[in-house]
Amino acid sequence: MDLNILWFILITVLFVGFFFLEGFDFGVGILLPFLGKNDQERRVVINTIGPHWDGNEVWLITAGGAMFAAFPNWYATLFSGFFLALFLVLFSLIIRGVAFEFRSSDPSPLWRNTWDWVIFTGSLLSAILWGVAVTNLLKGVPINAEMQYVGTFFDLLSPYTIIGGLTTLLVFMFHGALFLSLKTTGDMAQRSLKIARRIALVAVPVVLLLAGLTYYQTDLFASLGAGITLIGSGVTLILAALFLKSRKNGWAFVTNGVTILLFTVSVFWGLFPRVMISSLNANWSLTIYNASSSPYTLKIMTIVAMIMVPIVLIYQGWTYWVFRNRVTEKNLHY
Amino acid sequence: MTELILSRLQFALTTSYHFLFVPLTLGLGVLVAMMETWYVKTGNETYKKMTKFWGKLFLINFAMGVVTGLTQEFQFGMNWSEYSRFVGDIFGAPLAVEALVAFFLESTFLGLWVFGWDKLSKRVHLMAIWIVAIASNLSAFFILVANSFMQEPVGYVLRNGRAEMTDFLALITNPHVLYQFPHTVLSGFVTAGFFVMGVSAYHLLKKNYLDVFQRSFQIAVVFGLISTLGVSGIGHLQGMHLVKTQPMKMAAAEAHWETENPAGLSLYASIDEQGQKNNFEVKIPALLSFLSYNSFTGEVKGIHELQEAAVNEYGPGNYVPPVASLFWSFRIMLTAGIWLVLMAMLGLYFNRTKAYEQNPWFLKLMLWTIPIPYIANTAGWFLAEVGRQPWIVYGLQRVDQGVSTSVSLVSMLIASIGFLLIYTILAVADIYLMVKYVKKGPEAPVEESQKTGVKGASLWT
Repeated sequence: MDLNILWFILITVLFVGFFFLEGFDFGVGILLPFLGKNDQERRVVINTIGPHWDGNEVWLITAGGAMFAAFPNWYATLFSGFFLALFLVLFSLIIRGVAFEFRSSDPSPLWRNTWDWVIFTGSLLSAILWGVAVTNLLKGVPINAEMQYVGTFFDLLSPYTIIGGLTTLLVFMFHGALFLSLKTTGDMAQRSLKIARRIALVAVPVVLLLAGLTYYQTDLFASLGAGITLIGSGVTLILAALFLKSRKNGWAFVTNGVTILLFTVSVFWGLFPRVMISSLNANWSLTIYNASSSPYTLKIMTIVAMIMVPIVLIYQGWTYWVFRNRVTEKNLHY
Repeated sequence: MTELILSRLQFALTTSYHFLFVPLTLGLGVLVAMMETWYVKTGNETYKKMTKFWGKLFLINFAMGVVTGLTQEFQFGMNWSEYSRFVGDIFGAPLAVEALVAFFLESTFLGLWVFGWDKLSKRVHLMAIWIVAIASNLSAFFILVANSFMQEPVGYVLRNGRAEMTDFLALITNPHVLYQFPHTVLSGFVTAGFFVMGVSAYHLLKKNYLDVFQRSFQIAVVFGLISTLGVSGIGHLQGMHLVKTQPMKMAAAEAHWETENPAGLSLYASIDEQGQKNNFEVKIPALLSFLSYNSFTGEVKGIHELQEAAVNEYGPGNYVPPVASLFWSFRIMLTAGIWLVLMAMLGLYFNRTKAYEQNPWFLKLMLWTIPIPYIANTAGWFLAEVGRQPWIVYGLQRVDQGVSTSVSLVSMLIASIGFLLIYTILAVADIYLMVKYVKKGPEAPVEESQKTGVKGASLWT
């Protein structure tokens, strides 16, 4: 296995980490105004992700940095090509990030209510945009022989990619509701479960629809592994719903996490060895070879990553252990 | 062409804005960590109050730094895709290393620190804030490694139509970064020192929480003075280095048109940018030679000679950056620096005798000095980045060659206006909160339970 493949895998891992962790952050943010009936409850909801959301977001920053370092042409073509979509992603992540910090800094209901809806909006937009983005990657976008995106913002919106956005939205909401049911107590936990069940009812058919459309809209199933993992993600989502029905909430959260993992892996597997598919000419696609850095840079970055990624996993895991207890209204300190 | 100007404006806006928050994070993190260290060592509750009070301000500022930093990570690809292709092999590496080595640490341990007051032992909690403080400075190092490559490319070879890395060690020991890093970090310490002194002065004026603010002032004045002197000293060394490596930047910053030996330093110049001369100048003889070489003799090359040399080396073109704005930004930075040194010395004097209580004018002056480091920081970066024009990577790629070619003018316009709008709103909210918490003082922040405050919305029921 050469380093190009290794870095492709590493970036996959970073996106899996980002979607898994920030996935429930997004879900929690979207559910915030609906689950929190009063200010105390909303504080509880936010505190379930309070210590973590910033660290979770670094997965994205790292993924961006890794793409820049390992596949500069991928970074350049994708970020300039999806310019407005990425501006919207930035916009939503920015407003959402400050909102977490700002909302509790003033007791006025207007102030808090405003920031709560900012959290909602930022989370909602992000959750949808990521789905739109990854399905566009799978479907292919107009890229010319010079590796330049030649479409417009609206070329990124099609029924298929909108279903893609809906899919990530629902899966992240489901993830967030399950997370809340595990991190809160009493009435709040019950309400989270109730919402989770309702989301599952919509999420399962939408994901199956997406899998079906993927067969027609992309060449993902040309790769057996990618096809199996995509179907696998549908299966684990159904499993998660079934676990939820039989009140095994922890298992439901874990299996839905596996759904996110398999879905992300399947997207990258479907792309492999391409990183961006040209819808104009298959030869103009960006691959892990024509988009990559020099062997020397890949080697240096591999050494850094091999040392640092396990360390990051250990201390981030440790923070989840420190904050493993459920958040209740009694132990709100921040 | 308009795309280029718009991208430059947007980058200048988002980056200068981001760097309003970074310096305070760099310095205040260290100060808060020091305060908590004293708390853990002595058990004195005053230090805990101090830690919490300054910690809250640190957090508000930190959040702004984080979210505006997101833009930084994305916009090289968005607006400067051809630059990204050209230098990605080198430039991407320090950014990725920064995320892996520093930013993960910073964010994760900040979460622990904020929410861990009663979940962690005192020592582990203290360790968390030190990790945050050290990691944010480490973060600055890798970002400056990336920036330094744009100023002074090292450890690379031109191959496959791009710059490729050949020596990672050379990249992270770039002579440029060895000056730039301490200069930047210490300016961050200066910013935080004067921030703490200024806010303390406000409360000392009002005679609020004297225990907390006398101590805060004392720590900050020592911290601030050492850092201010450090910045000045390193700034001088850095200037000497730049005369060798980026002579055009320094010549422009001095409005030094003709080669001279010994060269004089202009205190004031009426610059005719079109005519490429100074109509009027007030000059101190031989001082520029001294600043460049630590000696009162020595030839300092002028803009005209450097322009000719650049044309010979790179082909026809204008290699002169905007002279007047560099000249004045340099002087603004220097004046601010002198002001800060004087204020820190005055602060140390008044602090020893606690004489500031009888001299409210001094406290008021200290309060109004809070913006000065920000002005110096911004002017300094202006000098560094505008001074590298027309290059995006010094001697290797021009700015106009680096801009994205596939992004429409309309898209760029939407993004620029969008950033301007959202950053303005955030600035208002940030200043509102900062002022509010500064005025509120170090009382334990009471979590107001707004049982009846917001009404829950409902999805289905």
